[in-house]
Amino acid sequence: MAKDALMDYDKALELFEPVLGFEVHVELNTKTKMFSHAPNDFGSDANTNVTPVCLGLPGALPVVNEQAVRYSISLGLALGCSIAPSSRFARKNYFYPDLAKNYQISQYDEPIAFGGSVDVELPNGRLVTVSIERAHMEEDAGKLTHVGGSTGRIQGAEYSLVDYNRAGVPLVEIVTDIIYGAEADAPELAKAYVSTIRDIVVSLGISDAKMERGNLRCDANISLRPRTPEGQPPAPLGTRTETKNVNSLRSVERAIRYEIQRQAAILADGGTIIQETRHWHEDTGRTSAGRPKSDADDYRYFPEPDLLPVQPSAELIEELRAALPEPPAERRRRLKAEWGFTDLEFQDVVNGGLLVEITETVAAGASPAAARKWWTGEISRIANLNGVEASALVSAQDVAAVAALVEAGTLNDKLARQVLEGVIAGEGSPQEVVDSRGLAVVSDDGALIAAIDDALASQPDVLAKIRDGKVQAAGAVIGAVMKAMRGQADAARVRELVLERAAG
Amino acid sequence: MSDIIRLTAAGLAEKLQTREISAVEATQAHLDRIDAVDHDVHAFLHVSNHALDAARRIDDRRTAGEELGPLAGVPLAVKDVLVTTDMPSTSGSRILEGYMSPFDATVVKRAREAGLIPIGKTNMDEFAMGSSTEHSAYGPTRNPWDLGRIPGGSGGGSAAAVAAFEAPLALGSDTGGSIRQPAHVTGTVGVKPTYGAVSRYGAIALASSLDQVGPVTRTVLDAGLLQDVIGGHDPFDSTSLTDAWPSMAEAARDGARGDVLKGLRVGVVKELSGEGFQAGVQSRFDETVALLTKQGAEVVEVRAPHFEYAVSAYYLILPAEASSNLAKFDSVRFGMRVQPDGGGTVEQVMAATRELGFGPEVKRRIILGTYALSAGYYDAYYGSAQKVRTLIQRDFDAAFAQVDVLISPSAPTTAFKFGEKLKDPMAMYLNDVATIPANLAGVPGISVPIGLAPEDGLPVGIQIMAPVREDARLYRVGAAIEALLEQQWGHTLISQAPALGGK
Repeated sequence: MAKDALMDYDKALELFEPVLGFEVHVELNTKTKMFSHAPNDFGSDANTNVTPVCLGLPGALPVVNEQAVRYSISLGLALGCSIAPSSRFARKNYFYPDLAKNYQISQYDEPIAFGGSVDVELPNGRLVTVSIERAHMEEDAGKLTHVGGSTGRIQGAEYSLVDYNRAGVPLVEIVTDIIYGAEADAPELAKAYVSTIRDIVVSLGISDAKMERGNLRCDANISLRPRTPEGQPPAPLGTRTETKNVNSLRSVERAIRYEIQRQAAILADGGTIIQETRHWHEDTGRTSAGRPKSDADDYRYFPEPDLLPVQPSAELIEELRAALPEPPAERRRRLKAEWGFTDLEFQDVVNGGLLVEITETVAAGASPAAARKWWTGEISRIANLNGVEASALVSAQDVAAVAALVEAGTLNDKLARQVLEGVIAGEGSPQEVVDSRGLAVVSDDGALIAAIDDALASQPDVLAKIRDGKVQAAGAVIGAVMKAMRGQADAARVRELVLERAAG
Repeated sequence: MSDIIRLTAAGLAEKLQTREISAVEATQAHLDRIDAVDHDVHAFLHVSNHALDAARRIDDRRTAGEELGPLAGVPLAVKDVLVTTDMPSTSGSRILEGYMSPFDATVVKRAREAGLIPIGKTNMDEFAMGSSTEHSAYGPTRNPWDLGRIPGGSGGGSAAAVAAFEAPLALGSDTGGSIRQPAHVTGTVGVKPTYGAVSRYGAIALASSLDQVGPVTRTVLDAGLLQDVIGGHDPFDSTSLTDAWPSMAEAARDGARGDVLKGLRVGVVKELSGEGFQAGVQSRFDETVALLTKQGAEVVEVRAPHFEYAVSAYYLILPAEASSNLAKFDSVRFGMRVQPDGGGTVEQVMAATRELGFGPEVKRRIILGTYALSAGYYDAYYGSAQKVRTLIQRDFDAAFAQVDVLISPSAPTTAFKFGEKLKDPMAMYLNDVATIPANLAGVPGISVPIGLAPEDGLPVGIQIMAPVREDARLYRVGAAIEALLEQQWGHTLISQAPALGGK
């Protein structure tokens, strides 16, 4: 893959205005699939969660999952959308082996929800209102595994395997209106938007919302338009690309930044942007060309004749509206107050996309301060190092368990970091890691005193300084003791004992 | 010829209930008949190896004193468009040769639960596209009245099986006349129920908004008995109606007994007569109208001004839906797979399979439908056709505001000769001119034999149509006409069919 030329980001922003649009797919966590009673489970053996409907067998017919409709209405309402009193499914026709029927049942000109908006808060405190064009229901496709090629992609593969477990999993696709005015904040806005959507679906309890599992997927559309001098009409919109395979909040931000720099370099060089999908590569931090995409793509949509229109009663809509959780902005204000975080601390949490994780960790018994410390600290550090999402590394329950061990004095911070490392490495629960690695702090004063006496005896000059009242000199002794204890001691207690023993 | 196979389903059921005949005897008699005549007729694509076992189980249960349904032990022929777990289901296509379904169509499941004995799968035009069964990938079915003529289509196999006494009952599917037109040309009874009255689950879809499964029989009562078994709400079919239905068999008995024709308001559809309608078809129809008048029916002429656009609209809606429904036949999960020389990409394998697996009429309609749905043409073709559909529904509404039932000849001609319309698709399509409007509007229709055309001695049927959900009215009126005519003739029409079977 040839390396794309990239323009300096600030330079790109000087010359061009980024124009954005997002399509976020949310997999609903219903018990069964969108149109069949097959289980909607992740991680089962291939092709076990299937019925004749998911496999598109001759004679099979779809039946709408009522729970998926309710979830979709709730999501639509939470996005501030109007709910259509009558909406319809349509067939999107195209041939692809992961699409059992060779058409996808989706919604086209009559979506269930339309015309909403979401307030998105950026790290710099800027508040942006993103208009939602529509949210519609559809079914997911199966999963292809390409075997025999070097890239794992279809090009060059010898053969491909199809797993239809995901075929028919209920999805809601949330489509924004065109977003103008993001300017230099475009990458942060993209990330904050997806993070806000994630917060909404999690608070509704309608999706597991794990990006690394594909529960939440974002297709990011971006184009650049040249700036025109003041007083002149704006230039027409540029050609857009649609970046896919963006599997973490972090990569949403990176991918947008990359596309701005890539497109700007091409345009400034007099080139043209090809309207196409771009495939994001987390490892290289680049995008590569996918398939060409034109507005004239012909999916031959027509109303799905096997299904009746979806006509939720006004009572049902009001019932679901009344049951909505608080809006994200309000929820953030409440959580910030409840947790007692400073502006800076809270912003750190929001920017890290860790609201959900901290909420869950607090629910599992940790103090808000401890939850914040571990998630924004050690866990985020490891996540960044490995280019993955923090939430994918460890569960809220495990983090709460580590915090509890620290609270109980079993672990100090240093040991706790090692325990987290062990949990992330798959060595088991925090307690199991403590046991197998033998990581608990030495709380036996006798063992500590012996080590302290040894250290003091071998450093008589230090002992003299301490006795002269130069308490800070104790650091050298404390360090020696901690080393002797292989870090498994409570440094505060060691300090106390050193002063006690030195005083003799 | 054994007497057993001459019995109506109702008559056979009675003898089964009184144990005068066993289910095994009934089944064996029909299997023998198939053995004797199906070489000539070719109504069946597959004859069941399990029928006698199923019959034996029914006999055992009856012996054990179990309460069985009214049709328990009666053999049933199943159109190959309906999927079955114990017999292949091909829908008349090469692409599904040998295909075994892991589930039974709801109607088949209900038939089995009611004790009926599926004895085989009947021939049909490929994916139900045709009016003559000549488009079957497995060779045509011949009309028992004249083996040189077509048995109608697409359900020519089911109609011929019943007409040739190979089965007392059969299941069909009707998208634009595939039950009623074959009934018309074979002197049998065929019913297209109200759209949604009978489950489509397990019927290999041709055009989902038009398809309807229904009975194919020799008498109106038999059709009613079968609809009572297969009808009613099915949670697996979202378009299935949740109505509670009256017994169609009771309606038929009521009609045959009583004076339902007296004061009945009957509308003769003006647009379904005249040009294009064979003289003998028209004259038998006119005689029946006269008979109705004589019986006290108030017969009026009714205009349905948009019916003339029905065939055009139908041939946009049907191919559009079919082009999408048939996309699943791609060799990836089931059915025929053709590997191009040297392997090929998945796209090439799909294309090669569909090239070889589909016949010319199927390809013609897929191309038509793909075109009609294409961006830029959608409004002009599919969109306009849907508007015509609405206008036709309004024609029916207006007509049923004046009359209780509408009538017409079931098809413009009697059975034509093989090859006669094969080169001219438009002529073939026009044979469904009388039956298509009911599918477009979702209203029920029945075809009942009313005699033989004088010029060729071949059967003619009358089509009766009623408002949506008024299927019972069809059975009442159909049974009344059947009873009157049989009384007049002194015999059933089907008894005049030539004897078959050299063996």
